[in-house]
Amino acid sequence: MQSTRSQKAEIQWSQKDGVILLKSLGNWTIDGLRDVAETLERFSRVSRDVSIQWDVSGVGRVDSAGMLLFIRYCDRLKANRCSIKIIGARSEHEKMYRLLRRYTPRYSEARPALFSYFLRPLNTIGRGFVAFLLDIMTFFPFIGENFLDLISSLLHPHSIRFGAIVKNIEEAGVRAIPIVVLTSFLIGVVIAYQGAVQLKKFGANIFIVNMIALSITRELAPVVTAIIMAGRTGSSYTAQLGVMKLTEEIDAMRTMGFDPHRFLVLPRITALMITLPLMIFLSDIIGIAAGMFISNIHLHISYAEFLHRLQNVLAVRHLWIGICKGPFFAWLIATVGCFRGLQVSKNAESIGHYTTISVVNAIFLVIACDAVFSVIFTELGI
Amino acid sequence: MSDTIITVSDVVTQFGKNRVHDGINLTVHQGEIYGLLGGSGSGKSTLLKEMIMLLRPQSGEIKVFGQDLSRISQDRAAVLRHRWGVLFQEGALYSSLTVEENVGIKLREYTDLPPKLIRDIVRMKINMVGLPEEAAVLYPSELSGGMVKRAALARALAMDPELLFLDEPTSGLDPVGAEAFDNLILELRGILGLTVVMVTHDLDSIWTVVDRFSVLGEKRVIAEGTLKEVIENPHPIVRQFFGGARGRIRSRDGK
Ligand SMILES: Nc1ncnc2c1ncn2[C@@H]1O[C@H](COP(=O)(O)OP(=O)(O)O)[C@@H](O)[C@H]1O
Ligand SMILES: [Mg+2]
Repeated sequence: MQSTRSQKAEIQWSQKDGVILLKSLGNWTIDGLRDVAETLERFSRVSRDVSIQWDVSGVGRVDSAGMLLFIRYCDRLKANRCSIKIIGARSEHEKMYRLLRRYTPRYSEARPALFSYFLRPLNTIGRGFVAFLLDIMTFFPFIGENFLDLISSLLHPHSIRFGAIVKNIEEAGVRAIPIVVLTSFLIGVVIAYQGAVQLKKFGANIFIVNMIALSITRELAPVVTAIIMAGRTGSSYTAQLGVMKLTEEIDAMRTMGFDPHRFLVLPRITALMITLPLMIFLSDIIGIAAGMFISNIHLHISYAEFLHRLQNVLAVRHLWIGICKGPFFAWLIATVGCFRGLQVSKNAESIGHYTTISVVNAIFLVIACDAVFSVIFTELGI
Repeated sequence: MSDTIITVSDVVTQFGKNRVHDGINLTVHQGEIYGLLGGSGSGKSTLLKEMIMLLRPQSGEIKVFGQDLSRISQDRAAVLRHRWGVLFQEGALYSSLTVEENVGIKLREYTDLPPKLIRDIVRMKINMVGLPEEAAVLYPSELSGGMVKRAALARALAMDPELLFLDEPTSGLDPVGAEAFDNLILELRGILGLTVVMVTHDLDSIWTVVDRFSVLGEKRVIAEGTLKEVIENPHPIVRQFFGGARGRIRSRDGK
């Protein structure tokens, strides 16, 4: 290689008799092209309809990045109707030029026009909406398939996977007892404290029982338990099925004639629909007990007094209303969890992605469903 | 063709009690495609890993571009790493990045080129290794085995390395794909003036692309040279390699 005056790539331009002289110097290699790229960008923007002489005799080493830069701006200038004459190219440069020409990517030179920046958010919204519709359109067939499987299971009870159901109940229920107990206890404490302060002002201490009993059994226990289940069980359903999808276990099951809906999805949904009402009942007990405890300390209501009052105000239907929400919430959480799990595509990252989505969807649906229940129960006057 | 790029002298490698290399000597010259041949477990990948500073031999000296790898400073090692590209046996593409991002990752991290130019370079490399343009936006899990190798090669070539290490580039490819890959490497050597060190099992590759190679066996290099020179070697392991039916047919009607 011939020695060069300057190491770093450089480009100079001057004008003579209406002809623009470009002179490239230095090593046009990948680690020193930034400045010339900028200069050329500026130069090519202002040059139109001119004759250019491009002197490359001062160039030392050239690699494919440098050559590509040269090719790119030659083409750009030609597109600007400039005539270009290259002088002083050495044979090794020419060889590289010819070879790289073959592989130069097609020009996607279409620079985004200004208004496309404004269109981009619309584009994002549009894509999001279409993705949402596609989700919905795949979700309904999923529910349908599940429903058919459920019916066929009920018609052939021997095909129900009791073992899998029991195992899932243990996983989703028994192992969740500590966290549900702890959370319900804290909810009871919080409600009792907040209520106690207000009720004391009116001297209506004993109404703390109404407040705790009704709010916990009807609303707080079902919703809080369901949210815990969405975070704990729904997400694990997504991750479990996602991994099985990733390792092609689900495909293997299909080829062996084991319907993944019947073997994986249905037992999980059934298990959670059995578990969640029980957990809500547990949460009711713990929440009220916590309330009773705080009332005793803070408002000096004796346990006997509290329980007596509780028998009067807490009609059994309130308890049932809360517990009956359980299967609905459970169905939403488990169905969304399994659906998202089966959506996982072939890379590991999508497990994390779909697990997050599954939890967010499940919590939203639980709260939305609860709102619908509230409206219905209020209209019915129960 | 006479400048030496890599010299390996008296390299000894040992994993616990398992001695893998016991005095390896070889040299790779500027601009040649150099093959490392040997049975499975003969330490080819290990030797390659020592050349790219992923492993350190127990004793012996490896010089790459004239620099002793066992006595090199951090800064010089970093510079050296930019001068070579590596294609790992399984491709080792980053699974969370698309092909385009995989190929461009070193460009984005180590150069200050404008993003548009980087994209052009990446697309050119993708064209060069013969991947379809649509493959640029795919993730590694969406590629076939041959495409993974091609994408990994494009990534190895991204920074215009002077030296390319390939670990079994054609294993796991069908014969047609393997031949295409061999031709690609030959062509790239022509275009970019690369020096290539490749580990291979494939006698066809030895025949068609490799200029010089060495046969590893019994913890040493038992033969080194061009095909013509090695095939004359009477060592039983060399006989085994080239005495097989396929080798015999080749050496009868070959050059
Ligand atoms: N990290 C390691 N730890 C222990 N032994 C290893 C390690 N890497 C390779 N080996 C051993 O070194 C030998 C050569 O391995 P390798 O270089 O992968 O062979 P190949 O020629 O098939 O590429 C094998 O016996 C292998 O068990
Ligand atoms: Mg190997």
